[in-house]
Amino acid sequence: MIPSIPHSRLFRTTYASYVVLFFLYLAAPLIVVGTFAFNDSLFPSLPWKGATLDWFFGSEQPKLGLFQDDPILKSILVSFFIASCTTVLSLLLATCNAFLFEREQFPGKNLLYILMLMPLVIPGVILGVSILVFSSSIANWFEMNFGWELDFLYPSTTLVILGQFAFISTICTLIVSARLRKFDLSLEEAALNLGATKWGAIWTITLPFLKPALIGAGIVSFLMSFENFNTTLMLVGSDAPLTIAMFDRLREGATPVLNAISLMLMVASSILAIISLLMDKKSPTT
Amino acid sequence: MSLRTPKLRLGLLLLLTPMLLWLLLLIILPHVNMAIISLSERVSAGEYAFSLSNYAEFFTESLYWNTFLRTATMSILVTFLTLIIAFPVSYYIAKMLRGRTKGLVFALCLIPFWVSELVRTYGWMILLRETGVVSSSLQWLGLTDGPIEFLYNDAAIIVGLVYTSMLFMVVPLTTTLDSLDDSYIEAGYDLGGNGFTVMREVVIPHAMPGIVSGCIVVFMLTLGNYLTPALLGGKDSLWFTEQIFTQFITRFNWEQGSAFGILLLFLSSFIVWLGLKLSRQSFTRVMS
Repeated sequence: MIPSIPHSRLFRTTYASYVVLFFLYLAAPLIVVGTFAFNDSLFPSLPWKGATLDWFFGSEQPKLGLFQDDPILKSILVSFFIASCTTVLSLLLATCNAFLFEREQFPGKNLLYILMLMPLVIPGVILGVSILVFSSSIANWFEMNFGWELDFLYPSTTLVILGQFAFISTICTLIVSARLRKFDLSLEEAALNLGATKWGAIWTITLPFLKPALIGAGIVSFLMSFENFNTTLMLVGSDAPLTIAMFDRLREGATPVLNAISLMLMVASSILAIISLLMDKKSPTT
Repeated sequence: MSLRTPKLRLGLLLLLTPMLLWLLLLIILPHVNMAIISLSERVSAGEYAFSLSNYAEFFTESLYWNTFLRTATMSILVTFLTLIIAFPVSYYIAKMLRGRTKGLVFALCLIPFWVSELVRTYGWMILLRETGVVSSSLQWLGLTDGPIEFLYNDAAIIVGLVYTSMLFMVVPLTTTLDSLDDSYIEAGYDLGGNGFTVMREVVIPHAMPGIVSGCIVVFMLTLGNYLTPALLGGKDSLWFTEQIFTQFITRFNWEQGSAFGILLLFLSSFIVWLGLKLSRQSFTRVMS
């Protein structure tokens, strides 16, 4: 409240209740999803039939719990694999890009920077299909001309990783660049004066400075990859990651086991969110 | 140290190579390839010829362009609603709260968006379906006699899309409003303005960069959304991305699907361009 500006009591109360309503709107779907994970009913809906942990630990149909549900557990592993690969690739490219755009001068730099931002304005579905079509074209060409069968270029886990890497690396680049921009170059020069090689200086001085941004970008990219749907849907092969497996189940008709998975996802992403907020606080110059 | 020493140039090349490979192989070539495919027609097995028939098909088949227009207008509506709902909240966080509470409430705003879009949409399904929480509560309160189906209509799609987009509006709005010095608002009142004129002459012009970048991002994400319309709108949601999915995955008609993809890309880029032009913002500033 700006103290010097008077507002009527009515105005203040109405305004505050609007904001409270807004937060209820934000929280409602999440609370509902979490709560129904414990409903002892075959459907995630009212009436409430008492609390149970069957949707987590149940070992028999029809109440097969999350931890006994092999297809779901397998899809979580697939998602983990995809998210780890995407994160590593994106961080490597993002670090290169940060040095490229913050340190180097070359003709066409602005144009290249704008092109680098393009994935942000391409809808995920289109990014997915364009990569699908392109890689299939390449695979077909190789098969026609050389008789090679490049299976990974057809819808597969590799393609999903590439498709997610295509747009997540842009976001990582923005995070890492923002941190590198704040780096005091004289620190690196001091290291060079003290006899360090160029690489030695970057390795011992600059990269540790970038660490908070790298961890933050890593968390963001891991979550974005784990939760991505649009691009993944177009590129997925026979091994469905978690979001795709959940989507298929939702279409068949949901059971509270989906609520149980969702609750676990919420807990995991809140933990990651808190870690990344703490990282933000720890890095002194940001 | 001159920039032209061979060693430094080697460094530049090393940094440039991964970037260019990524850009060419994953962004530029796939889209160029898609544009070429959209302009071709299958003549016989394995033979293709240049043709505009895929685009002609789009304009002659009313289902296609109706879906296209519907997606565009609903996305604009969603963007507008998101802005209207988010602005007072952002203003409250930026100007009515202080210190620790401010940071906390802002963080509270962000939490739902760390959760997967699928989970959020699923939450709305549980709330809105015929046997869902809203319908049951209304019956319990005695406001209706029988269960009501809130799901599978346009309103449900809009509720879900506005919810999903909220973060991308609240964050830029709060950041720009926070950077507005309180004394400017006070000065507005001192000079005889009332709440409305201060809002129009001081606050909104200052918040314009945030409003524009929020609107652009929300519009794009809404236009390209597949999950929310598919789950909340049911079979008749008629979202353009679903047409693209159908052409590619169900019908295996890649030429037609590519044409749809290019059209959606054009619409999306056009609106982004228009938004930037109307507000005189630069693309690089809005995006980063």
